[in-house]
Amino acid sequence: MLVFVIRRIFYTIPIMLGVSLVCFALVHISPGDPLVSILPPDASVELQEQMMAIYGFDRSYPEQFFRWLGLAMQGDLGNSIATGRPVASEVFNAVGNTLILAVTATIIGFTLGSLFGFVAGYYRDSWIDKLATGIAVVGVSVPHYWLGMVMVIIFSVELRWLPATGAGPGGSSQWMWDWVHMQYLILPAITMSVIPMGIVARTVRALVADILQQEFVTGLQAKGLLDRGVLAHVVKNAAPTALAVMGLQLGYLLGGSILIETVFSWPGTGFLLGQAIFQRDLPLLQGTILVLAMFFVILNLLVDVAQTSLDPRLQRG
Amino acid sequence: MNTPILSAHNLVKHFSAGGFGAKRKVVRAVDDVSFELARGETLGVVGESGCGKSTTARLLVQLLTPNSGSVRFDGKVVGPELPLKAFRRQVQMVFQDSFASLNPRMTMIDSIAFGPTVHGASAAEARRKAQDLLDRVGLDPARFGGRYAHELSGGQRQRVNIARALAFDPQVIVLDEAVSALDKSVEAQVLNLLMDLRRERGLTYVFISHDLNVVRHISDRVMVMYLGEVAEIGPASSLYTAPRHPYTKALLAAMPSLDPDRRTHEAPLAGDPPNPIDPPSGCRFHTRCAQAFGPCATQVPSQFAVAKGHLAACHLNRSEETVA
Amino acid sequence: MAVTAENIVPLATVDKSQGYWRAVWSRFLRDKVAVCAGLVAAGLVLMAIFAPWIAPADPLQGTMLKRLSPIGTEGYPLGADELGRDMLSRLIYGARLSLFMGVVPVLIAFAIGSAIGIAAGYLGGWVNTITMRTLDVLYAFPSVLLAIAISGALGAGILNGLLSLTVVFIPPIARVAESVTTSVRKLEYIEAAQASGASSLRIVRDHVLGNVLGPIFVYATSLISVSMILAAGLSFLGLGVSPPNAEWGLMLNTLRNAIYVQPWLAALPGVMIFMTSISFNMLSDGLRSAMDVKQ
Repeated sequence: MLVFVIRRIFYTIPIMLGVSLVCFALVHISPGDPLVSILPPDASVELQEQMMAIYGFDRSYPEQFFRWLGLAMQGDLGNSIATGRPVASEVFNAVGNTLILAVTATIIGFTLGSLFGFVAGYYRDSWIDKLATGIAVVGVSVPHYWLGMVMVIIFSVELRWLPATGAGPGGSSQWMWDWVHMQYLILPAITMSVIPMGIVARTVRALVADILQQEFVTGLQAKGLLDRGVLAHVVKNAAPTALAVMGLQLGYLLGGSILIETVFSWPGTGFLLGQAIFQRDLPLLQGTILVLAMFFVILNLLVDVAQTSLDPRLQRG
Repeated sequence: MNTPILSAHNLVKHFSAGGFGAKRKVVRAVDDVSFELARGETLGVVGESGCGKSTTARLLVQLLTPNSGSVRFDGKVVGPELPLKAFRRQVQMVFQDSFASLNPRMTMIDSIAFGPTVHGASAAEARRKAQDLLDRVGLDPARFGGRYAHELSGGQRQRVNIARALAFDPQVIVLDEAVSALDKSVEAQVLNLLMDLRRERGLTYVFISHDLNVVRHISDRVMVMYLGEVAEIGPASSLYTAPRHPYTKALLAAMPSLDPDRRTHEAPLAGDPPNPIDPPSGCRFHTRCAQAFGPCATQVPSQFAVAKGHLAACHLNRSEETVA
Repeated sequence: MAVTAENIVPLATVDKSQGYWRAVWSRFLRDKVAVCAGLVAAGLVLMAIFAPWIAPADPLQGTMLKRLSPIGTEGYPLGADELGRDMLSRLIYGARLSLFMGVVPVLIAFAIGSAIGIAAGYLGGWVNTITMRTLDVLYAFPSVLLAIAISGALGAGILNGLLSLTVVFIPPIARVAESVTTSVRKLEYIEAAQASGASSLRIVRDHVLGNVLGPIFVYATSLISVSMILAAGLSFLGLGVSPPNAEWGLMLNTLRNAIYVQPWLAALPGVMIFMTSISFNMLSDGLRSAMDVKQ
C-alpha cells in the first residue's frame, strides 16, 4: 500500500510540472507585449528595457520558467496588474468562498444523485428508473449558467424569496454560517449541484444494478435475508466508487465554478477569473488557474489513494 | 544434406515483466532454440501452455524480433541477406483464433485478396485468386465470398485463414494451434485439407499443438519444448515409441488413449511448470523430474544425439555423442 | 468443390450478407428516443443553414423604440432584445455561430486526437508512453478551466474560442483512440496483416481505421453536447464570439441585465442551448447502442 502511495505521488510530480508549464505558457501565448498592460503607451525605450529586466522577460524561457516556478513554490504568484495587490492573497481569499460553494453543491448533488441512482438501479426498468435516468440526462445536458439565471428569475425576480447575487447583505465579503448569509448560498449551490447529481446518479444506478445481479446478492435473497440485509451489502459495495466519483466531481466544480459564480456574483475564484479576463490581468489569470489546477491534481491523488485503501483490489502492480 | 528451407539459429526472446534497473524482471519465453526444416516435411511442436511454442512461431515468421539469434530461409539470413518482404511471401502463418484472425469489417474475398495486392497483384487478379482459393478450401465463392467473419462457422473461418495464407503461394506455413479450437469432426476435415494441400503444393508445415495425437497424425518430426527450451527433437515414430527425455515420457504418459493396453501406469506430470521469470538452475525440468540425479540441478544438459536425427537434452543420455 | 459437413449446415444469416452499417442503421431506427433527438438536431442544423429564408427580420437591425418588448408583441413573436432586435430572428440566426462553435472544435479534435491516439496505440512502446504522458498534463485540468484559461489568455474572438475548445477536446479523444487502437492491435488479424508484408501505414489504413474510427466517433459525438455548453459559456463570459453577432451564449450575456425587466425573454437563448445539447446527447447515446460500442 505504501509502495502504491509513493508510486502514485511520484507519478503526480511530472504532471504538476507539466501543469505549471501550461500555466506559465498562458502569459506567453497571449498576444502582444506582456508589458503593454503595465506601461503607459508613450513609455521610453529605456523604461521598457528596465521593466523587461525587472520582470525577467529579457531572459530565456527556461530561465523565466524556473524563476517563476521557484517564486510560485514560495507562495509568490506576482502582483495583480489591475489592483497591484499580490495575486496569492487574492486567490486564497477567493478559494475559501469557492470551497464553501463547491462543497455544499457536492454534498447536495451527491445526496440527491445517490438517491435517484439507488432507486433507479433497485427498481430497474420501472417508471422510477426512467424518470431518474431522464433527470440524469437533463443534469448533464443543461447549460448550468442558464439554469442559474432561471433560478434567479423564479426565486428572486418572480417570487422574491431569495437574494439574487452576492455572498452576503450589502456586498459583505465576510462569510458566516448564519441564515442571513446562507440565503445567498442556496441558489448557486442548488444550481451547481445539478452537475454532479446527473453523473453520480448514472454511476450509482449502474453500480447498484451490477451488484444486484451478482451471485452473492441472489444468495442472500435465497437465504431469506431481508431486503435490509441486501441493501446494506449493496451500499457497502457501491460506496468506494461512488465516493471516488464524488471526489472527482468536487474537483471539477472547483475548476468549473467560474460560470455559476459569474451569474451569482459569488466572490470566489471563478469571479476572480472573470475579472482577470475582463481586465486582461494576466498574472491574476495565471495565478488563479495554477492554484485551481493544482487543487484538482492533488484531489485526484487523494481520491485515488482513498479509493485504493477502501478497495485494495484496485492496487495496480 | 540439402539446405534446409527454414532454420532457426539460437533464437532468444525475453519479455519485460515490469520492474526497473536491477529489479527488472524478464520472462525468458524462448531461450536458445535452434532447429531446421527440410523442404516438404512437417515439424510438430508440442509442450504445455506457456512453454514458448507460440513465441517460437512468431519469431519464425518474423512477427517478433528475437533478442538474439536468426532465422534463415533457404540458407539466407532473413533481414541482411533476404529482404523481409520477400520472406513474407514464402512463410505464412495461420493462427489459433479463427475469428480474431479475420478483420470483422472485411469480406472473405477481401481478406484473402489483401496479401496478393500488397505484393503487387492488381485488384482483379487478387480477387480471382481469392475466389479460386475459396473454392479450393471447400467454400463456394459465390456463397461465402461476400460474407463477414461473424457469418461463418469456426471451421469455415479457419478454411478462409488457410486460403489467405495460400494466397501468397508460400513454401512454408506455420500453423499455431490452427485446429485446436475446432470441434473434433471439423478438426479432422481441416486436417485432411491441410494434408491434401501439402501433397499438392509441396508445402512445408510447422504444426504447433498441445494435442499429441493430432501432432503424431500429421508430423514427420516432432519437437518437444519445455520452459522456452528444446527438450527433445526427433522423427515422430522414434520419439513417440522411444522417448529419451523424461519430460517427453511424462507428456506421452498423460496422453489419452482409447487402447487400454497402451495406457501407461507411470505417474503423469505433477504440478504446474515453474515460473519462466526465474527458471530452475541446471536442467529446467529437474524440479518436476522423477529421474533427476547429481548434475541435473547444476549443469545445463547438452543436446545428446540418441539416434539418427534424434536429440534429447537430458543428462540420462550423457554417454551419447554431444551435438550442441 | 469439396462438399463438407460444415457448409451444408444452414446459417441464420446465409446468402444476403448484411453490411455493418446497414445493421447499425436498422438498429438505430428502432430506438425512438434517438430518432426524435436526431430529428431535432437535424432541424436545428437546417434552421442554421436556411436562416436567411426562415427568419422574419434582420438579426442585426434593431428599433430603439421596441427595446425589450415582451414575448408576443405585434411583429415580434418572441419579443425584442436590449437593442430592439427581433428575438426570433436572432435565435434562428444564432444557430449558425452556436452550432459552428460547438461542433467544429469537436470535429477538428476528432481528426487530430484520432491521429495522435491511433499512432500512439499502433506504435506502442516509448512513443506511446511519451505521447500519453504529455496529454495527461492537459487532462489534469478540468475542461471548463482549461478552455477559459486558454481563451482568457488569447482574448476574445471566434478563432481563439475554436482553438481553446479544440485543445480541450484533443486529450480525451486521443485517450479513447489510443485505448481502442491498443486493443485492436493485439488481435490476430493485425498480426496476419503484418505477416503479409504490408507497411504500417497500409495496415493502419486498411485494417485499423475501419475498426477503431466507429468507437472514437461515437465518443466524439458525446462531446458535442459538452462543447455546445462550453462554447456558449465562453461567449457568456465575454470570450469567444463578440457583439453584435447573434450567438446564444452571447445573447444570454447581453440580456442578463434585463432579467428584472423581461425575465423570460432573457432566458430564451438558454432554451436553445439546452435543446441543442440534450438532443446531441441523446443522439450520441442512441448511436452508441446502435453501433454496440461498450463504454
